[in-house]
Amino acid sequence: MSENKEKTYIRSHEPVFWGLFGAGGMLTAFLTPVMILITGLLIPLGIIDKGNFNYQTLHNFATTWFGAAVILVLVALPLWHTLHRIFHALHDLGVKRGRDWQMVFCYGFAFAVSVFVFTLLLQMF
Amino acid sequence: MSKPVETGQIIDIDILRYRPEEDKKPFTQTFEVPYTEDMSILEALQHIKDHLDSTISFRWSCRMAICGSCGLMVNGVPKLGCKAFLRDYYPKKISLEPLANFPIERDLVVVMDDFIKKLEEIKPYIIPEKTGDKKCLSEGPHKQTPEQMAKYKQFSMCINCGLCYAACPQYGLDNKFTGPAALALLARYNRDSRDFGEAQRMKIVNQEEGVWGCTFVGYCSVVCPKGVDPAAAIQLLKVESSKDYLIGMFKPE
Ligand code: SF4
Ligand code: FES
Repeated sequence: MSENKEKTYIRSHEPVFWGLFGAGGMLTAFLTPVMILITGLLIPLGIIDKGNFNYQTLHNFATTWFGAAVILVLVALPLWHTLHRIFHALHDLGVKRGRDWQMVFCYGFAFAVSVFVFTLLLQMF
Repeated sequence: MSKPVETGQIIDIDILRYRPEEDKKPFTQTFEVPYTEDMSILEALQHIKDHLDSTISFRWSCRMAICGSCGLMVNGVPKLGCKAFLRDYYPKKISLEPLANFPIERDLVVVMDDFIKKLEEIKPYIIPEKTGDKKCLSEGPHKQTPEQMAKYKQFSMCINCGLCYAACPQYGLDNKFTGPAALALLARYNRDSRDFGEAQRMKIVNQEEGVWGCTFVGYCSVVCPKGVDPAAAIQLLKVESSKDYLIGMFKPE
C-alpha cells in the first residue's frame, strides 16, 4: 500500500457529446418514426394531402426563424446521436487504432453537416 | 449437509480446469453428478470435490447468496453457484467456467485484485463534513429519515461478487474502467445524507475511466443477484457528472 498521495484525475469531455447524444436520441426515438410515417407513407399513399407539402409551403416554413430552428434541430441532433453511437461502436468492435482520428472524423462529420445545414437555412432567408 | 435422495438420474457437468503448475492452458473435464431437484451448482461442486476429484478448486463460504465468493460462469452467464440450481438446466449438460474478464488463478478461482482495488479507490466510507465539525460519538447517532435512506439503500446491497464485472463488455475491453459495482458503491456514498465526500468522488466519476467508460449496455443489472442495478447508479452519476461539467466550465479550478 504505497498509494498515499492523491492521484491526478483527468476530466472527460464526454458530457458534451453525451448531452447531444441524449437529446438526439429522444428526437430519433419519438420524432423520426413520425416523420418517416408522414413523408414516407401517409403522403405517398394520399392519406395526407400532398398540397400541404409542396415546395412553396415548405420553403415558406423553412424561411421563418421558427421553421429554420426546427429543421436544424431535427437534422443536427439525430446526426450527433448517430455518430456518437458509431464512435462507441467502433470501440465495442475492438477497432483500437487511431481513436483520436475516429473521434475527429465522427464528431467532425456531425459538426460539419450541422454547420452546412445551418448556412443552407441561413442563405434561404 | 443432508445426503441427497438418490434418484438414479445423472447430470453431466463440464468444468474448465487450470492448474498453473502442470497445465499449459485451461482444459475441460466432464463429471457425472447424481441429480436431485434441490441441488445447487455449489453443492454439485462440493459433491465432485468430496467424491470424484478432490483436486478441484472453487471459492465459497456462506451458501446463501450473502458472501459473494461463489461467482462463476454457468453456460456462459455469470451466476452465484449457491443461487443457481441444477433443475434449471437438467437434463442438459452444464458448463462451468471461472468468472469472465478476470485472470484465472486456479480452476474456478479467479484473481479479484483489480476488482478489490477499484472498490477501494472510490473511497467507500463516510467522509465527515469537516474534520473540525466531526460529530462526536457521545453526541449520539446520525439520524436519517426513511426518504434519505431510500436514496442510497438499493446501492448498498452489493455483496462484491463481481458478477457484474464478468458481465460488463466495457470492463472486458478495457479494465481501466472503474466498473459497475465500484460505481454503484460510489453512488451509494455520494447519495448518503451523512456523507460529505461528493466533491472528492466526483473527480473519479468525471474521468473517462469513471462513468464515461460505460455505454449503458445494462447487462450488469441483469446478472446482479442482489438487485443493486449498477447500470441505474451509473446513469444517475452521468447526470451528476454532466452538471459538474457545466459548473466546471463557469468556475474552473
Ligand atoms: S453490484 Fe451486484 S453483481 Fe455487482 S458485485 Fe455487487 S452484488 Fe455482485
Ligand atoms: S457461497 Fe456465499 S454467495 Fe454463494
